Amino acid sequence: MAHGAAVAHGEHEHHPTGWKRWVYSTNHKDIGTMYIVLSMIAALVGGLMSWAIRLELAEPGIQFIHDTHFYNVLVTAHGFIMVFFVVMPAMIGGFGNWFVPLMIGAPDMAFPRMNNISFWLTAAGFILLMLSAVVGEGPGTGWTVYPPLSSIAFHPGPSVDFGILALHVAGAGSILGAINFIVTIFNMRAPGMTMHRMPLFVWSILVTAFLLLLALPVLAGALTMLLTDRNFGTHFYEVAGGGDPLLWQHLFWFFGHPEVYIIILPAFGIISQIVSTFAKKPVFGYLGMAYAMVSIGVVGFVVWAHHMFMTGIGVNARAYFTVATLIIAVPTGIKIFSWLATMWGGSIEFKAPMLYAMGFIWLFVMGGVTGVVLANGGIDTAFHDTYYVVAHFHYVMAIAAIFAMFGAWYYWIGKMTGRQYPEGLARVQFWVFFIGVNVLFFPQHFLGLAGMPRRIPDYPDVYAGWNFVSSIGAAITMAGTLLFYYVVFHTLASGRKAASNPWGEGATTLEWTVPSPAPFHTHEEMPVIAGGGHGHSHGHGMPRPAE
Amino acid sequence: MASTAAKSHPYHMVDPSPWPALGTLSALTLAIGGIWYMHGGPLWGVAPGFLLLFATFYFWWRDVVRESRAGVFHTEAVNHGLRVGFLLFIASEVMFFFAFFWAFFNASAPLINSAAHVKWPPEGIVPFYAWGLPFLNTLILLTSGATVTVAHHAFRLGDREKMVFWTGVTVVLGAIFLACQAFEYSHAAFGFKDGIYPSTFFMATGFHGFHVFVGTCFLLVCFLRARRGDFTPNKHVGFEAAAWYWHFVDVVWLFLFVVIYLWGSMGFTGTYGH
Ligand code: HEM
Ligand SMILES: [Cu+2]
Repeated sequence: MAHGAAVAHGEHEHHPTGWKRWVYSTNHKDIGTMYIVLSMIAALVGGLMSWAIRLELAEPGIQFIHDTHFYNVLVTAHGFIMVFFVVMPAMIGGFGNWFVPLMIGAPDMAFPRMNNISFWLTAAGFILLMLSAVVGEGPGTGWTVYPPLSSIAFHPGPSVDFGILALHVAGAGSILGAINFIVTIFNMRAPGMTMHRMPLFVWSILVTAFLLLLALPVLAGALTMLLTDRNFGTHFYEVAGGGDPLLWQHLFWFFGHPEVYIIILPAFGIISQIVSTFAKKPVFGYLGMAYAMVSIGVVGFVVWAHHMFMTGIGVNARAYFTVATLIIAVPTGIKIFSWLATMWGGSIEFKAPMLYAMGFIWLFVMGGVTGVVLANGGIDTAFHDTYYVVAHFHYVMAIAAIFAMFGAWYYWIGKMTGRQYPEGLARVQFWVFFIGVNVLFFPQHFLGLAGMPRRIPDYPDVYAGWNFVSSIGAAITMAGTLLFYYVVFHTLASGRKAASNPWGEGATTLEWTVPSPAPFHTHEEMPVIAGGGHGHSHGHGMPRPAE
Repeated sequence: MASTAAKSHPYHMVDPSPWPALGTLSALTLAIGGIWYMHGGPLWGVAPGFLLLFATFYFWWRDVVRESRAGVFHTEAVNHGLRVGFLLFIASEVMFFFAFFWAFFNASAPLINSAAHVKWPPEGIVPFYAWGLPFLNTLILLTSGATVTVAHHAFRLGDREKMVFWTGVTVVLGAIFLACQAFEYSHAAFGFKDGIYPSTFFMATGFHGFHVFVGTCFLLVCFLRARRGDFTPNKHVGFEAAAWYWHFVDVVWLFLFVVIYLWGSMGFTGTYGH
């Protein structure tokens, strides 16, 4: 409070302790930590749901989910939880909060109090989403919530309304968070930290924040209309009243396509930091990398109807959306080749973060290739709503994002907690997880090619073989996930002490200049960034503190 | 200021605060109360959520105002951040209205959407006569955009009296606009539930009206703060934000007037009731 602020901060030990430290927090590191904890809890819930789905799908026939609507509820909740409450909180709220201020030499985020409500609204959104599954019939709409399935006629209970408000609340938190990141990055860079010297992770968060700022309100508008259609008698999506269910699809995907970049752009940033650190070279083509993200962000707003090839949109529209989508492959290719070029000739250390970075590149290329296939309106006629799509988006977005998150966790955990993870165990964890997800999702390409539809709890016997393999993969993935939680526990309980820079000469960004764990307040003396190249804080020598 | 001794940067390290958590609690309460109401519960179900929400607004912004008045926290760098942040907020609001305009064009413009209604307004809908009350409201809002600018300029030149006066005039114009809109709504020739035309009409103009209400409250607070002497000619971020918000609301209305009232009634072939 203001009058409290009039008391000296002095040596800062006057910040609250106990639960108040967290609930009242205005500290970017504490808030980042809360985001990561929320993500880890949500990941268990969303992961268990996917595990249940894969168990059900392990063999033809119904195994244990006799209520097929409940199957749909599981699929819906899994999608929502993973996208909104696992990946976004960890990457943007968690690592973004922790490391954007550290990397640009800022003492905190621009609006620390607003930062806190961004987090708590996300948590409230998670609570509302969990309520949606247990109050009433549960939303069996899929994460895309298409009417008329989501209308009051087919979901008369309160579940879909809980889902709508969950997204409203979490979305409001994300919009506020986006404003916070943009202002922090524009307004709080240390002297000498020009835009073109910012680490690529900071660039990635900047572009992501703009996508959040401009895409989420459109979803909010669409959700509002769904809410009033359901409860107040409007007819936006109701054919009977002259409305149009396709309106929802347009609005949803106008948000939804940028949303997948919201998920993957921070991953790009993380991978760039890791690859450059462990190849001990600056990122190849720094400016190209930064502006590739910017152009992906911009073009990402004009490709949405590639999700709607099968809705009867005109042939010209299909041609346009095919071409526009394929164009995104160009900046995406720039990113892949620049990572490879960064590694080229580097003296690479295969520590756990680097393994995850390389795993990410494999997954992302795989998913990117099938993405180029699906972008063709003609081909999508056959593949739409099949397991080919499920395989595609788990490779390109879902699991790729998880790899970046694991990589980031291993990369930064020493800085965050002062304790280093156990390297050997971490590498084992990587290989279990890597093998698991590929055995899990690769066969789904074949299932999709053979025509198996998604969002279906049962299937003909012809699909039995690859489904079984896929479920084995899910079991391995689950083992890898649990192993990760064990590594977390092990690190926190008995990890050895982390040096302020555990990675050596390759780690050139500012967070490695502060002690590990990073003190409660950092950069109270703003560092001055001297000369030198792009994207790393020093040209010839580490940054020096201001005189 | 003691806290400045420890730091060498111009930014505001905000003290821990209970209001974000209270705000979240209010959002949760409001959501649950609202869903209860929508599924048969009483209207007062939303009351606790709204109460908590208003409490949050009050206490949170009270703290911001206090911090501003303390003089040391809101440095030029911090004010710059506040301004940029507010402009970004307006950008997000623009995208919110974008969704409602999309809904409108999706229903009314065959040029954009081949499945749109060929006849707009649809059969049986008698729209408002655009050059009547809607045009009057346009004039009111445009005038208020001018008066708020007069207030701003006066203040830049250091004339507080004049600034307070013209801000007050703007608040009154905002209130008149809202009264006119209430009158208009109560005389609509179509019901809220009468299909896609009223859906798009009430959603777009209704949310705009809500924004006028918020902007009026914002300006009213600025009016009171200005009278109290919170602002100085080169430091009045709160007022600037309110003025920007007001211009945003103004521009949205121009789009609403031209698109929904004017263009949207051009296909009307019947006779206006009054
Ligand atoms: C950890 C391992 C994961 C497994 C085993 C898994 C498994 C599945 C399964 C079985 C489905 C349902 C397919 C269907 O019946 O149509 C599904 C759907 C989906 N998953 Fe995952 N998934 C995982 C991780 C993720 C992650 C990390 C994300 C997001 C970041 C994600 C996002 C989605 C989405 C959006 C859907 C579509 C939901 C819908 O159809 O509405 N998944 N996943
Ligand atoms: Cu897309």
